[in-house]
Amino acid sequence: MNELVFFINNVVIAGSVTGSIYAIGAVGITLVFSIMRFAHFAHADMMTFGAFMVLLLTTLFPQAGQAIGVPTAIVMLPLAIVLTALLAVIIDRTFYRPLRAHGVKPIVMVIASLGVTLILQGLIRLFAGTGGQSLYVDDRKEIFRLALPIEGVRMPVVITEPQLYLFALTILAVIGLHFFLSRTRLGKAMRAMSDNPDLARASGINTNMIVAVTWMLVGGLAAIAGTLLAMDVTFKPDLSFHILLPIFAAAIVGGVGQPFGAIAGGFVVGFAETLAVFNWSVLLRPFRDNLPTWLELPGNLAFVGTEYKIVVPFFILVAILVWRPTGIFKGKVI
Amino acid sequence: MNNQNLHRREAADTTTGTFPIRELIMLTVVVAAVGAVFLFMGPAYSTRMMVEASCYAILALGLTIQWGYAGQFNAGVMGFVALGGFSAMTFTVPVNEAFWDSDLPGQLGVALLWIVAAVVVVIGASRLDRIGVPKRLRTLITVILGIVLYMVAISHFRGVADQIEDQVEFIGGLGLPVWVGWIVGGALAGGIGYFIGNICLGLRSDYLAIATLGIAEIIKAFLKNADWLTRGTATVSPLPWPVPGPAELGFTLARASYLAITAVMILVFFLLLQRAYNAPWGRMIRAIRDNEVSSAAMGKDINHRRLQIFVLGCILMGIGGAALGSFNSIFDPQGFLPLNHTFLVLVMVILGGPGNNFGTILGAVAVYIIWVMSEPLALYVMDLAANFGHSSLGWDIPRNLESRALQARVLVIGLLITIVLRVAPKGLLPEKVRHHN
Repeated sequence: MNELVFFINNVVIAGSVTGSIYAIGAVGITLVFSIMRFAHFAHADMMTFGAFMVLLLTTLFPQAGQAIGVPTAIVMLPLAIVLTALLAVIIDRTFYRPLRAHGVKPIVMVIASLGVTLILQGLIRLFAGTGGQSLYVDDRKEIFRLALPIEGVRMPVVITEPQLYLFALTILAVIGLHFFLSRTRLGKAMRAMSDNPDLARASGINTNMIVAVTWMLVGGLAAIAGTLLAMDVTFKPDLSFHILLPIFAAAIVGGVGQPFGAIAGGFVVGFAETLAVFNWSVLLRPFRDNLPTWLELPGNLAFVGTEYKIVVPFFILVAILVWRPTGIFKGKVI
Repeated sequence: MNNQNLHRREAADTTTGTFPIRELIMLTVVVAAVGAVFLFMGPAYSTRMMVEASCYAILALGLTIQWGYAGQFNAGVMGFVALGGFSAMTFTVPVNEAFWDSDLPGQLGVALLWIVAAVVVVIGASRLDRIGVPKRLRTLITVILGIVLYMVAISHFRGVADQIEDQVEFIGGLGLPVWVGWIVGGALAGGIGYFIGNICLGLRSDYLAIATLGIAEIIKAFLKNADWLTRGTATVSPLPWPVPGPAELGFTLARASYLAITAVMILVFFLLLQRAYNAPWGRMIRAIRDNEVSSAAMGKDINHRRLQIFVLGCILMGIGGAALGSFNSIFDPQGFLPLNHTFLVLVMVILGGPGNNFGTILGAVAVYIIWVMSEPLALYVMDLAANFGHSSLGWDIPRNLESRALQARVLVIGLLITIVLRVAPKGLLPEKVRHHN
């Protein structure tokens, strides 16, 4: 049974953690895709920016969380969400809107967003340096070890405090997004604009406002995803190029323009990554004695080494583009 | 007949009759900048810079035909550069006798044969429906066979690779002439480009950007971690040059002769591309870029043509990357950075003028000079700011000032991209579209 606990720790929990982060990230990508109709490469750096804002605020007021018993980073998260939402709107006003007004091709917007990526990355590196920093400035990262009440199990199930916050916030974000998109006027207008911008404009929807609201939503979600990722591991200014491919793969797997597809895609990509780097030899070990003698069990039975993790989202992306470019949830074919 | 000729001359007059004032100004500026570098930094330094700039110009030519001629955006130039560098390394570095004398080549061959056999078996299984196996069963069999055989082949291969690393470090090179490495580098890059292009070019161009960005990171990860093939982070040096090295000729002369080779390459590529651009083929490519639907209606095979030009661009990038790798004389997989090898090339192209080969080459040289000079400049500015802050505002000077100053270049490149897209979306030397009335 120890092997099962090992599996839970290394696949179920780890996969849910990466899956949640990819899911929240991919929702932002897919929202921009459906309203503005271009692949927004600067999203991962917006995530980094959100995490950086939290780091900045946490370093300024390291004691703030202790008063109510939560990590300071969580206390500072709402403020960071507001700041990142503001940044997203400012970026749109200064960089994307003039191009949109010019009526450029979507691919030019993609190049512009790459430029924005570099600007954000340069700014963050300039102020934060290049090394990794922990978001737990004055707090201690709680680690819970849950022993299973089964005979003969020595290994506990390990889960950390930021991971619990991550799960809670992911569920909250998904429920909130669902109600926003299906119940509020703004959310319905957003969906209308995603389906047909001209028709939406003709029916009196203020498309400029929808664009601004979308950017706020995107910025806020990016701040949540970035902060939770940085809390789980550490804050690094150069994480964006490693997370871009998985979140794009997640958005495309889920179907471009489908927020809930993006969430599903995020978990698909997250779990595929953890399953691919998991050493399956561990699970087969209890049956070692029953295996035929000619079959020698190698010590390492992982599909890919951890160093090739980035291959997994890429192959998912390639497979989905070859067999089903619309994604699981029938997104837009573009 | 006469009438037609007259028309042609008129058409030519209206387009090429204008004095190329922009080109002349830009050429003068670039030549003056190169001269200034020669004057202030000495000939050895400036010849090195010029060789690197010329290698970048080849990369930029590759990107300009993808982005300028055909409107395809490749966000993974770095990957193709790395492939070229790898090929230049592996074909030209001296033969590793220790490896070839042991029984490891045979084992490696067997491991590779295992992989080939596994691929053949899986492909065979995927065709089982031809002999009457139901399609679902076929898919199931293929997937299970694929997973099991992959595991078997890869664990066998890992064992051999580990042995190579333990006993002889890496398999070494082939000791062939440098030009073989460069040509194979181009072919390798073209092959990867074919794979990517086949998948993505039928879809919207955003997908191509995402996929190329991904493949670049994968190529880098592979080269960094395949220690048996490339020595990974331990790096391989020195790589031989196609001309006598600095040890025999001295720095300036050796670099100058290297520069002669790259300059000839640029000239050949430039003339060929220029010819292709003005040929019916180039017109067709532009027609596809500007109006896909109507060129499809004219009977052009759009996806095939797109693939053609994408692969062509990738081949140029592979050759440029190989030339750059040989010149640096060290193969360090960690030295390939998206900023230096993707975005810098992108800036060269969009600033110089996408689709305008002459503009692209000038843009490459100009941007590379700015890039190289920005390092001491950024340090100087940071130093000034820090000293000012320290003396008048009482700031603490951060310790890692040098590394932070270099980060400023990321910012500058990003700003350049966005500003150029706003102010001069067609570059400094825009593409000249000829109209034939």
